[in-house]
Amino acid sequence: MIAELGHFALALALILALAQTVLPLLGAEQRDARLMSSASPLAIGQTVAIAISFGCLMYAYVINDTTVLNVVQNSHSAKPMLYKITGTWGNHEGSLILWVLILALCGFAVAAFGRDLPSTLKARVIGILGLVSVGFLLFILKTSNPFDRMWPPPPDGQGLNPILQDIGLAMHPPLLYLGYVGYAVTFAFAIAALIEGRVDAAWGRWVRPWSLAAWAFLTLGIALGSWWAYYELGWGGYWFWDPVENASLLPWLIGTALLHSAIVVEKREALKTWTVLLAIIAFGMSLLGTFLVRSGVLNSVHAFANDPERGMFILALLMFYMGGAFLLFAWRAQVMAPTGIFAPISREGAIVLNNLLVCSITAVVFVGTLWPMFADALFGAKVSVGPPFFNMASFPLVVPLLLAMAAGPLMPWKRAQLWPVVQRLWAAAVIALLGFFAALLLTGHNVLPAVGFALAAWTIGAAVTDIADRTALFRTRLGNSWARAKGLPRAAWGAAIAHAGVGIVAAGIAGMGLAQERLIALAPGQSTEMAGYTWRLDGVRDHTGPNYTARKATISVLRDGEVLHVMEPSRRWFPIGRQHTTEVSIRTNLLYDLYAVIGEEEAATGKAVIRIHYNLLAPWLWIGSFIMALGGALSLADRRVRISAPNRKAALPQGAATT
Amino acid sequence: MTRKKRRMWILLLCGIGLGSATALTLTAFQDNLVFFRSPSDIMTAEPRPAPDRAFRLGGLVESGSVERQPAVAGQRPVVHFRVTDGAHAIPVVYAGVLPDLFREGQGVVTMGRLGPDGIFRASEVLARHDETYMPPEVADALKRAGHWNPAQGAPPPPATWNTLDPDRRPPAPAGRTGS
Repeated sequence: MIAELGHFALALALILALAQTVLPLLGAEQRDARLMSSASPLAIGQTVAIAISFGCLMYAYVINDTTVLNVVQNSHSAKPMLYKITGTWGNHEGSLILWVLILALCGFAVAAFGRDLPSTLKARVIGILGLVSVGFLLFILKTSNPFDRMWPPPPDGQGLNPILQDIGLAMHPPLLYLGYVGYAVTFAFAIAALIEGRVDAAWGRWVRPWSLAAWAFLTLGIALGSWWAYYELGWGGYWFWDPVENASLLPWLIGTALLHSAIVVEKREALKTWTVLLAIIAFGMSLLGTFLVRSGVLNSVHAFANDPERGMFILALLMFYMGGAFLLFAWRAQVMAPTGIFAPISREGAIVLNNLLVCSITAVVFVGTLWPMFADALFGAKVSVGPPFFNMASFPLVVPLLLAMAAGPLMPWKRAQLWPVVQRLWAAAVIALLGFFAALLLTGHNVLPAVGFALAAWTIGAAVTDIADRTALFRTRLGNSWARAKGLPRAAWGAAIAHAGVGIVAAGIAGMGLAQERLIALAPGQSTEMAGYTWRLDGVRDHTGPNYTARKATISVLRDGEVLHVMEPSRRWFPIGRQHTTEVSIRTNLLYDLYAVIGEEEAATGKAVIRIHYNLLAPWLWIGSFIMALGGALSLADRRVRISAPNRKAALPQGAATT
Repeated sequence: MTRKKRRMWILLLCGIGLGSATALTLTAFQDNLVFFRSPSDIMTAEPRPAPDRAFRLGGLVESGSVERQPAVAGQRPVVHFRVTDGAHAIPVVYAGVLPDLFREGQGVVTMGRLGPDGIFRASEVLARHDETYMPPEVADALKRAGHWNPAQGAPPPPATWNTLDPDRRPPAPAGRTGS
């Protein structure tokens, strides 16, 4: 009964979404205030309907209702309650319900907080969001209904894939979806602007926070996914340039470009058509990501069994939304003439350069990710593109990006001189050079990681310089600087912190370039040397968990004969899924991780295969990502965003002068 | 600066950016494109793949072919197995830990080089997260080796492909599972 209620609520949501598409768009066209004002209640109604549906599915999971096919396929009564709840979105059907729920919530947010928006723009944005919702609700109802019944019910479910029973992965899809769906909102704003034929500072002021929020969530989502792969899969790496990983990186890259160009629209009313185009592509990349993950057209290490019919449906959705958007763009884009003019050397110029480089990286990643698909379709050749390609092709683009990223925030708007900016960066340059030579000497002439460390030092140094400059640190009394720091717009702090976060991630990547690894078979009591430590296998014993059995190794890590850490990696066996998983043991001191995995054992000799890693600066990858997201959040808390005043011009000069 | 001049600048920059991205992509492609080959491709190809060129070999792990060498303390564990597509089989040697879902009779993709002795030296055995997942290239290789005739209808579900006995013809295509 509950499942039918959920199914019905979903169908109801589709009807409401259809109404939400048609009525406000029609109302905006005819300037009919009554029709336009139907947008908000419809958006709220749709949200409630989807929330009910989501709640019903969660209920089915919590009580382990084995008459529901989706529960049978993905859950089991012996699963801990936490994973029963998170299991709701741990599968294809449930995750799509979460997708539309978040989309509906975004529509709800636009309806609730968009009081200052011009009424036609607001109605159109909510209408377009309704249209996106229609497509995905149709997709769920047509190909991926989570409420399908199963009769007779089996005694129990088949269990959730054990490697997905993890708190990191429970949080990963919602964060990623918040990012993807956030770009649906900027997409809706872009389409609404194309229909209206008007892009102005007020539009930029609305698009920027949405793109910023989407970007921050996507950053967290990607970092969490990478972290999960690092500690759960036990391969010792954090990024494999796998199609599924690239699928989330593509919208992130375009989103980064959008985030920056939206600032130019907001402040200077330039780059309008470009920003609209980026907003469209960002959502296109989100859809493409969903397509790549759900269709299984590409061979991925993260791929799950999937259904080609679903892939075709998402491809059709992708073509419908992107085709329509690009047609509209081609037809209407020339209406939006830029009003702000700027010199090539200026803050705007720096942002154009950022956009250019980020888009070039996107193009490289895009081609590398999709090439196997094209090669198969065009030439019938089965090829794959591996990490060496991506490293080789993106590295030369990342270097100028990081170099320019440091200078951008130090430049004034409109017109700037390069030399004074370079002068202000001398401290950062010195630190970077010192970092380069120190790394070169310490690591035994390993050039690439040294370049990475230098770039990281340069980026972080420039971010510090930026803040020190603005607060006149060391040029005036400390109290004075403190007062200035407090008075600085949060957007300025946010930008500096996010840029510093990028530097920290760059340091993490460079550090991981120096990671050490050893795979070795040891008998209990034997030991091996790596990275200045002695790793001793003390023994392997049996261990029993709630729904698995395991073999747990004890590895002592010694330095100078003294035990520093005792690590206990294990290899679990889940009888329900008939599957082994690897539980990594990690010891970190925030500068490096010691990482140990146990593999197979040899019954005859009692030897166990262990893999040990010394991962330099690995924690910085996640810390840096978190700091990037934190910078985004801080920027979101800026006064300009909170008052969101398209009509209140008074706030503008102050913000424009200080940032 | 006039608008026209500014536009020229931006166009020039775009050209440089796109041009360098293209150049980078093409040069990186040249060395890093990895081809997929099935056992039949290798056995029937003339000349045989050069030993210096890495490629991906995929198929099913032949039942009963997995052989673990006794572990030597202080060295990487070595395992031998055969990858088959029903028509031909290639012996593979791999030094390392096999992924959790590596199993006899199931689909596998390995990356490495073919030695002059006809043994494939794998540097990587690609892992999966899900035991019912069949890498698309492997499914295609089986199709080409005659394990599935598209004229006879829809392919059997991947779950049954994985447990195919490579020495026998596949069972009659089962009905599609509901999902």
